[in-house]
Amino acid sequence: MKAPSHVIQPDTSLFHLDLPALWHYRELLYFLVWRDIKVRYKQTVLGVGWAIIQPLMMMAIFTVVFGRIAKIPSDGLPYPIFAFAALLPWTYFSEALTRASISVVNETHLVQKIYFPRLLLPISGVLTPLVDFIPAFGVLLVMMIWYGMLPAWSVFALPIFVLLALLTAFSVSLWLSALNVKYRDVKHTIPFLVQLWLYASPVVYPISLVPQEWRVLYSLNPMAGVVEGFRWALLNKESPDFAVVAVSAGVVMALLVGGLTFFNRMEQTFADVI
Amino acid sequence: MSDLAIRVEELSKRYTIRLPGSQHDTLRDTLTDWGSRLFKRAWQPSGSTSERGHSKFDQFWALKDVSFEIKQGEVVGIIGRNGVGKSTLLKILSRITIPTKGRVEIHGRVGSLLEVGTGFHPDLTGRENIYLNGAILGMKSGEISRKFDDIVSFAEIDKFVDVPVKRYSSGMYVRLAFAIAAHLEPEILIVDEVLAVGDGLFQKKCLSKMQDVGQQGRTVLFVSHSMPAITRLCEQAILLDNGSVVKKGPSHDVVSAYLTSGLGTTAVREWDDPEKAPGGEVVRLRAVRVRSEEGRIADTIDIRQQAFIEMEYDVLRPGYKLMPHFQFYNDEGIHAFSAHDLDPTWRGRPRPVGRYVSRVQVPGNLLSEGTMFVGAGLQTIDPVIYEFYLLDLVAFQVHETQGGGDSARGDFAGKMGGIVRPMLKWSTKVSQHFEVSLERQSLI
Repeated sequence: MKAPSHVIQPDTSLFHLDLPALWHYRELLYFLVWRDIKVRYKQTVLGVGWAIIQPLMMMAIFTVVFGRIAKIPSDGLPYPIFAFAALLPWTYFSEALTRASISVVNETHLVQKIYFPRLLLPISGVLTPLVDFIPAFGVLLVMMIWYGMLPAWSVFALPIFVLLALLTAFSVSLWLSALNVKYRDVKHTIPFLVQLWLYASPVVYPISLVPQEWRVLYSLNPMAGVVEGFRWALLNKESPDFAVVAVSAGVVMALLVGGLTFFNRMEQTFADVI
Repeated sequence: MSDLAIRVEELSKRYTIRLPGSQHDTLRDTLTDWGSRLFKRAWQPSGSTSERGHSKFDQFWALKDVSFEIKQGEVVGIIGRNGVGKSTLLKILSRITIPTKGRVEIHGRVGSLLEVGTGFHPDLTGRENIYLNGAILGMKSGEISRKFDDIVSFAEIDKFVDVPVKRYSSGMYVRLAFAIAAHLEPEILIVDEVLAVGDGLFQKKCLSKMQDVGQQGRTVLFVSHSMPAITRLCEQAILLDNGSVVKKGPSHDVVSAYLTSGLGTTAVREWDDPEKAPGGEVVRLRAVRVRSEEGRIADTIDIRQQAFIEMEYDVLRPGYKLMPHFQFYNDEGIHAFSAHDLDPTWRGRPRPVGRYVSRVQVPGNLLSEGTMFVGAGLQTIDPVIYEFYLLDLVAFQVHETQGGGDSARGDFAGKMGGIVRPMLKWSTKVSQHFEVSLERQSLI
C-alpha cells in the first residue's frame, strides 16, 4: 500500500506553515489578485485615477493644515513633497491593512465551500493595492521634477521599504483577519486603528520632532521605519536612523511569527465559526 | 482497481452550539459574559455556576465514529435525512473543516463541488469567471484554456462570453456554473446535491457527464436526496443517521433499506423564507404536498385510492401565463409520467399577483406498488422560461393491502412488476373455434 497523498486529522501542531501547499495554490492566488484588480475600478468614471487622487487630496489637506496653519517643520523640504513621499507608503499600507484584515470574512462563501490555504486571503489582500502604488509613484516623480529634485542612488533601496510596509500590513492583518472571523467588532475598529496609526507615524511631521529619548520606543512602530526609509530613499534626505529601521524590522518579524501561529490556530475553525 | 481511494477511521466531529438568546457574535458580549461568570463565581462559590456557565453551550456530535473505505473507481452515494451529518462528512473530506477525532487517508487529487458557481463575480465576464472559478475549483490555467471552448459550448453561452455575468439570465448563470464544474477532472470527485438546480434538460446533460466521469475509473462520492439519481449513478451507497453509518453496500439495497425505514419519504416540502424558495422574480414556490383521498397529508397511499399532489406558489409579477407541472419517477429512476395543468380557469391567461394552489388528482389503480418521487416545475409560456424545476421534492409510498381482490392484482399473491398497474377491462369467453384448432393440431 503506497502512502496516502493526504491525511486529514485533528491538527495539534502549534506552528505549521505549509509552504508547499501555498506554492501549489499559487495560481489561485494569482487569480484572486487579478480579480480584485479587475473589479476594483469597474463602473467608476475616474477608474485608476482614484489611485492618485486619494494621496493627492490627502497631501493637499496636510499641506494646508499641518504645513501652513500648524507650521510643522519638514526637515527643510517643501511640505507637499515631504508629505507625499510619506503618503505613498502610507496609502498603500492603510489600504493593504484594511483589505487583508477583512479578507477572510469577505470571502465567507469560499471559506465555507472550497478548500485552499486560507493564508492566500490576507496575502492577496496585501498584494492587490501594490497596483495603485505605481501610478502614485509616477506622480511623485513628476512632483520631484517640478521641485527640481533628482532621485539619488538610494532610490534602489526603495523595494526594501515597500517590502517592510507589506510585511507590516500582512503580519498585523494575520491577527485581525482571524479575529474578525469570530468577532466582527474588529471590522469597525480598523478605520480607527488606521487613523491612530497615521498620527503615530512620521507622516505629517518629521521624526526629528520626536525627542531623542523616546526614539527607540517610537520606532517600535514599524511604519516609522518605513516612512523614514521612503523619505531617505526618494528625497535623498540625510540617511535614516538605521537603528530605527532595524527595530522596525525586528518588530515586524515578531508580529509575523506570532501572527502566523495565531492564524494557524484559528483557521481550523474558520468554516465552522464564520 | 482494488487500490484504496479513501479510508475513513473513526471520524468524529463535535460542534458547540449556542442556545438561542446567548449569541456571542460581538467581543463585548464575550467580555461581559466572562465578567459576569467571574462575578458569579466570586459570589456563588457553590455549584450553581454551571447553571449559567455551561448550560448556554450545547455540544453535539455531527459525526460519531464513522468508518468506511472507498476503493478507486467506485461511485458511492451518501444518503440520509437532513442534518444527519452528510454535509459535515463532505466538508471534512474536502478539507474545509477539520475533524475533532479520527483520521482520513486520501489517495489522489480531490476535487469537491459543494456548490456550483462558488466565487463567481458578477462584474466579471463569462470568460473571466471561467478562469476564476476554474482556479477556485483547483484547475490549472493551462487546463482551463484547453477546456475553455468545451465549457462555453456545453453551457450554450457562446454569444455572451464577454458579457458580465450579472447581465446573464439566471438560467445562463447556472448553466455556466455547471459547465465549469462538469469539466473538473480530479481523481476523486466529491459532489453535494448540486444537481438540484437548473432546468430538467440541463440536469440530464450534467448527470450523463457525471456518469462519464464515473465510467472513466474515477472515484466519485455523491450526496443526494434523489434516490433515483443515487441508484442510477452509484454502485455503492452509505446510509447515515444521527452521525453514524447505518448501512453500507450495493446502492439498491441501501436505498430500499432507507426508504422502508421510513426515514426517506416526505410528503411535504415547505419554504418559509421566500428569499430562499425556488423560483425567481416572477414566481416563488412555497410548498409541495401529497394528500390522500380524504385531503390529509399522507406519505402512504392505498393503491386503489386516488391521491392529490399540490403545489403552492406566489406570483410576484403580474401578467405572465403560467404552466405548473409535476414529474413522477419511481425508485429506479424511471420517468413514469408527467402531468401539466389543464384547468381552464387560468390556462393560457395572464395571472395577477397572489398566492395560488395547483392540484392534480392521481387516480387510484394507476400506479404500481413502491415509492413515487414527485418533482415540480413551473414555466411561463410565450416565451418559455423555467421559473423552477426540481426533481424529487416529495415522495409517497403506493401501498397495497393484500387480499381484497379489488385491485389490478386480481388473485395473484406474488410480486408484480411494472411502473403502472391500471385496472384494465378484461374479457374471457369460451371460444367457438376450439374443435377447428384441435383438428389442425392432429394434422401436424
